[in-house]
Amino acid sequence: MSPRFLSPRLVERALRLGFALLVAAIVGYVVLPAVVVAIASLNASAILAFPPDGLSLRWYATALGYRDFQRGLVNSLIVMAIASTLAVAVGAAAALYIDRSGHRLRGLLEAVLVSPMVVPNFTIGLGFLIFAVEVGQARTFGVVVVSHVVLVLPFVLRSIYVSLRNIDRRLERAAATLGARPGRVFLEVTLPMMAPGIFAGWVFAAVLSFNEFTASLFVTARSTKTLPVAMYDYVREYADPTMAALSTLFIVTTVILVVLANRLVGLDRILTMESPR
Amino acid sequence: MIDQSYLRRFLLPALLLAAVYACALAAIVQYAFRTFVPGSLEVGPPTLHNLARLVDPLYARVFGDSLLIGLYTAAATLLVGYPLAYALVRTPSRALRSALFVVAITPLFTGEIVRTYAWLNVLGANGFINRILLWSGLIGQPLELMFTTLGVCIALVHFSLPVMVMILAAALAHVDPRYERAAATLGAGPLRRFALITLPLSMPGVVSGFVTIFAWTLSAFATPQLIGGGRVTMISNLVYQLGFASFNFPFAAALSLAAILLTVLLLALLRWSQARVDRMAVHA
Repeated sequence: MSPRFLSPRLVERALRLGFALLVAAIVGYVVLPAVVVAIASLNASAILAFPPDGLSLRWYATALGYRDFQRGLVNSLIVMAIASTLAVAVGAAAALYIDRSGHRLRGLLEAVLVSPMVVPNFTIGLGFLIFAVEVGQARTFGVVVVSHVVLVLPFVLRSIYVSLRNIDRRLERAAATLGARPGRVFLEVTLPMMAPGIFAGWVFAAVLSFNEFTASLFVTARSTKTLPVAMYDYVREYADPTMAALSTLFIVTTVILVVLANRLVGLDRILTMESPR
Repeated sequence: MIDQSYLRRFLLPALLLAAVYACALAAIVQYAFRTFVPGSLEVGPPTLHNLARLVDPLYARVFGDSLLIGLYTAAATLLVGYPLAYALVRTPSRALRSALFVVAITPLFTGEIVRTYAWLNVLGANGFINRILLWSGLIGQPLELMFTTLGVCIALVHFSLPVMVMILAAALAHVDPRYERAAATLGAGPLRRFALITLPLSMPGVVSGFVTIFAWTLSAFATPQLIGGGRVTMISNLVYQLGFASFNFPFAAALSLAAILLTVLLLALLRWSQARVDRMAVHA
């Protein structure tokens, strides 16, 4: 179909080059906001402008010294630590049960626990807010933590499933044959083999909880405000590059974490649900 | 056979959590049918008024806009995500693949607020795009990207891309590269190979990616809130506004209920279309 004077090899090469350029352009689109925000954060003057009028690190000092951000960071770390640990404990137990029991309702349980991945976060936030008001728990850390556990659990379940599927069940049977009781088989054989999945799930849960914004906006009060909510309030009130500095810190930290997690546990396997056989 | 009765003990925490979550969803359903008492957080007697108001053109329009934005975003994300997913799956170099993976996935973990703020810097009247275009003399007036559907969509595609790439990469990983090589041996050019082999075989991923992102955009809040700036309003923004500006939680709950039902409908559509695509793949 190509004109004769174009050899197939030339066409193939041109297409390959075109595809590489296309992918480079897409990568550029993905990275652009991060680069722009990093440049903006170094701006010396108080208005966002390109190119920057001069270079300065003063906005980093402002961001780190801002009281609401400090309090938000502490709140976020507290919520993250508790929510991710709870999610991993609940998730590991549930994943084991769903993976191994033959109970007919396990499908329903799984569907309910995984549904927050598709149910819009704002509805979950509103639901928890109304429920918390009804049971007298509004403005507490409790409702923030519980809503975060519900929201990150699907991702924890995913990563633990992957590690469960990689377990060689014969090892458990061997331990049982050698006289180990079920509890001991679980503690000394099953649990250690689940460890990578549990760890990956915990990292996942921590990162997602730390960044959760929409549901948090609904369930947090002034005293339980998490960092993303504090950042939202800041953006609505001020236009100086302080937020750019904080965003840059956020992005850099996240990239480091993603690279590390990818090295350690192979995030790509968990995310695409590719269970290696 | 190993005694697995200990498994039952593992069930309790998950059941408890599922119950609390169910209560939160039930709270929405319950509030959706209650009367709003202005100036009070208490709700009045049962009513169907909130649900009836959903068809009010003012609110129906927000639903229509949300769906339209969802459609645009899903289509654009598919077009942007497919080449990236393809490169991710087929790049022979491991280092390059890792780098592409980190680039594709990081936005998922930086959170909506940081990403949206970053886009404000790109799209704003004094933002990156306008500065570059003004400086280069291509435009005389700043482009209006903020507070427009286009601007919201540009940022939403960025927000949705990691999920789309994950879904497409999973589907493409199942396409055996030997089929393409066989077709190449038989003389098919690269475009034909893509159109006749790779694309049809990755259709399950395309369909599932499209519908998932469509449903996923309905959950976006910060992006339409900050970039739409009140001029582009999605359901999530309306719910927030009703809840926190007018304290009309019953109507906010009714809107949320409608959004949940819409999501369920979209997922049912996904199941149905997946089954169809699978059947087509079997017959092919």
